Amino acid sequence: MTTSEPVVGGAMPLRMVARGLSQGSTLPVLTIVAALLVIWYGAAVWLNAPGAIDRFERAHRTAWTFGDLVADTMMQDRPVLPAPHQVLVELNKTIFQVSPSSRRSLVYHGWVTLSAALLGFAFGTLLGIVLATGIVHVPTLERSLLPWIIASQTIPILAIAPMIIVVLGSIGFVGTVPKAIISAYLCFFPVTIGMVKGLTSPEPLHLDLVRTYNATAAQIFWKLRWPSAIVFLFASLKVAIALAIVGAIVGELPTGAQAGLGARLLTGSYYGQTVQIWAALIVAAITAALCVAAVGLVERLTLRHMGGRP
Amino acid sequence: MRHDRVLATAALTAIAALALPLGDTGSWQDHPPELALWSAMIAIALFSFFRPAAMAMMAGLCLVGALAGAVALYLLLQDGARGDAAIGLWIGLIGLAALVWRALERGAALGAETRSTPVNLAVPAAFGIWLLYLWQMLTIGFGVPSVLLPPPTQIATSLAASAHVLGEDFVQTFVKSMIPGYVIGCGAGFLVGVLIDRVPFLQRGLLPVGNLVSALPIVGIAPIMVMWFGFDWQSKAAVVVVMTFFPMLVNTIAGLGALSRMEGDLMRTYAASYGQTLRLARLPAALPFIFNALKLNSTLALIGAIVAEFFGTPIVGLGFRISTSVGRMDIALVWATITVAALTGSAAYGAIALLERSLTFWHPSFRRV
Amino acid sequence: MIDIAGEKKAAGAAKAAGAVPPPVVEVDRLNLVFDTPDAPVYALSDVNLTVHKGDFVSLIGPSGCGKTTLLRVIADLQKATGGSVRVNGATPEEARAARAYGYVFQAPALYAWRSVMRNVTLPLEIMGLPKGEQRERAQRVLDLVNLKGFERKFPWQLSGGMQQRVSIARALSFDPALLLMDEPFGALDEIIRDHLNEQLLRLWERTGKTVIFVTHSIPEAVFLSTRIVVMSPRPGRIIDVIESDLPAHRTLDIRESQRFAEIAHRVRLGLKAGRSYDDE
Repeated sequence: MTTSEPVVGGAMPLRMVARGLSQGSTLPVLTIVAALLVIWYGAAVWLNAPGAIDRFERAHRTAWTFGDLVADTMMQDRPVLPAPHQVLVELNKTIFQVSPSSRRSLVYHGWVTLSAALLGFAFGTLLGIVLATGIVHVPTLERSLLPWIIASQTIPILAIAPMIIVVLGSIGFVGTVPKAIISAYLCFFPVTIGMVKGLTSPEPLHLDLVRTYNATAAQIFWKLRWPSAIVFLFASLKVAIALAIVGAIVGELPTGAQAGLGARLLTGSYYGQTVQIWAALIVAAITAALCVAAVGLVERLTLRHMGGRP
Repeated sequence: MRHDRVLATAALTAIAALALPLGDTGSWQDHPPELALWSAMIAIALFSFFRPAAMAMMAGLCLVGALAGAVALYLLLQDGARGDAAIGLWIGLIGLAALVWRALERGAALGAETRSTPVNLAVPAAFGIWLLYLWQMLTIGFGVPSVLLPPPTQIATSLAASAHVLGEDFVQTFVKSMIPGYVIGCGAGFLVGVLIDRVPFLQRGLLPVGNLVSALPIVGIAPIMVMWFGFDWQSKAAVVVVMTFFPMLVNTIAGLGALSRMEGDLMRTYAASYGQTLRLARLPAALPFIFNALKLNSTLALIGAIVAEFFGTPIVGLGFRISTSVGRMDIALVWATITVAALTGSAAYGAIALLERSLTFWHPSFRRV
Repeated sequence: MIDIAGEKKAAGAAKAAGAVPPPVVEVDRLNLVFDTPDAPVYALSDVNLTVHKGDFVSLIGPSGCGKTTLLRVIADLQKATGGSVRVNGATPEEARAARAYGYVFQAPALYAWRSVMRNVTLPLEIMGLPKGEQRERAQRVLDLVNLKGFERKFPWQLSGGMQQRVSIARALSFDPALLLMDEPFGALDEIIRDHLNEQLLRLWERTGKTVIFVTHSIPEAVFLSTRIVVMSPRPGRIIDVIESDLPAHRTLDIRESQRFAEIAHRVRLGLKAGRSYDDE
């Protein structure tokens, strides 16, 4: 453990700001992101080079420089690895330069996927909380059902997705609901496990205290278990919302759905439109990140309201 | 337990069932063996109600009673009792459910008190078998179309019939795609975690990025991997590598920071080198976190390998089998494939859990006080 | 090799000759200031202390008086901002590199994945001793703390008092001449604490080591020490140094004696003078 430096009157503010930045997370994260971008550009040049050389040869162009090569790799139509700026251009084209209700807009596709994900998230969370409450209050359920819930996670749920979509489609359920079911199935597990942990987290000391007040099980639940579980709930919700989005995307794969980010991924891969694939992936990533951040924001507000540590 | 309402429900509904019709197959008197078994169940339910016994005895009795009743109802189903007309069957099923519940509850209590592993494994196993039984009864009893939900017996038949094909799929997905990807992904995540251990700057940068990437729909990179590595197992392994890398990295970093300050100071008082401290203190303390990641990654790897196959694969693989079977509406084969995948996933998870138990036996979560 | 007989003879001869034993720890005008958002905290302020070979010195005071900080500076687990510390004539860093002391923490700090035997051999492994010698030494110190037969147990299978005894054995295993102990019995109940106090005193008599012992228990300090250093907080400083004239060989009964009460009283006066009994 090191001691801090003695206080010097009028210390250089710039140096302290720099120290604060580098000792926090902002500068390191920015550095990593910058490094990733550099690697991305380098990889784009490297992976697109054979295609570029191919094109030069077919155009009978013999006098090309390394600069020409790099320039060509940065603007190919169907690159093996699109350069970051190509992806940005595509994103701009499909988000800002197109009306959001058009079928070419990534906003439209993003919303199709997100709406299914959110619906599934809501169902899955509700189911998870109900299951967890049951497991905590009924010991039989804990011993007979909980092991199966845990075992269910070793089943690749996403692998069932095609079947659920097709089967539900054959009895008339199409569109958002089947995808929502897949998302809900993915969501309920982290919520259940997290809530079980949370509802059983109060210390034995606290439980004994409310028993001396002759509290009923319901009172204990609302006054002690539920507030203790909130922290665990939010941690699970962050995992669950990300899973819900994954579920919705995978749900769009099997039947060659026409709308949604998964559908865009699929069509991009069928027609070899790599830039389209990357653009769809980036939007999916941003959507997931924004959703997790939104949950985090709600968490912070709730905890502050409950007097938790900032 | 003098007025055990569950047992009362079981007995009363079971008796009521005797008076109700069984649909096309007639009535209870036409089926002597089933009647005998059912009466045995009623007798046990009544006996347990009026003479409650100790936990183990009750659990055993209710189990035997439930078995008798289950066999009776199953045989009736086979003989043609189904649909809305067979009210007797369904009321009977409710009674049976109540008895099963009592058996499970007594078994759970017994397991909690004796802490006996066989009992604690038997209770969820029995519950699982009960769910399978319900599934069979309800799908056949109500004539659920098998393209919607096939009964377990049909799935078992499909599994047996396609065993050879599924075996090849298993090799493609598990052995060739999942294992190399898992080993490389987890290994790389661990190594990078250890390498950047001495560079807090990189740790502070990679931890948020790693957490973010873990939340992203990584499976989406599958088409890109196919483009880079081709249709065969290499692209699937690549997807698995990316999926398993970040959880392992994040957990390694967290684990390496898990050693308490006091234990770290202890090493300082011995003037231990960085390598000695890492090997003797920090890595053992990090093992629980690393195993957490290994278990999580086993499920992620299987999902990744299978879903990546939805994007294109040579004509073999569990994911391929699922998507083509769905296309042909051969839902029984889909379920059979899922069973293979589920067994694979459980076996892998179980193996890692066993290894975890032997290596981290000292962790508070394992100690049997 | 723990040469109990030889060390005792040397210490005895030195005492007989009237010579002052050599200083093991010399603290000279030690200062330690923390920078906090509110105001600088003077954890240690102009602390002077000399500990001679064979002493049993207790540092006593309320929380925040700097006694643990002082111990950690001597152990080179923390760096001072002013003044000097010399351990065996060298800097704390050099002393730590030379493994000149054994440190016992407030908690046993045993590694849960190692058996009792392997916990005790941990420092010996780090120092690179051959396996046979490791085991031999470990066995000997475990006998010293009366834990023979528990070698293959794991820490969580032992009671708190036994775990702390293992921790002490571990500190003794490489036979350092100096023992630094930071409230080692603080987490134990009083009856076990009395028992362990007595055992520690017997151990000290047998091995002739120098001990610096941090505590917040007045009876413990008076019972164990040849010298009691009373400290007080805000700023952390030494209020009083009491040379105990209780006989070298003591049993627990001595706590009922008149002289014991007088020394304890003097300790209390020191604590009062240092405003240790005031509210924050």
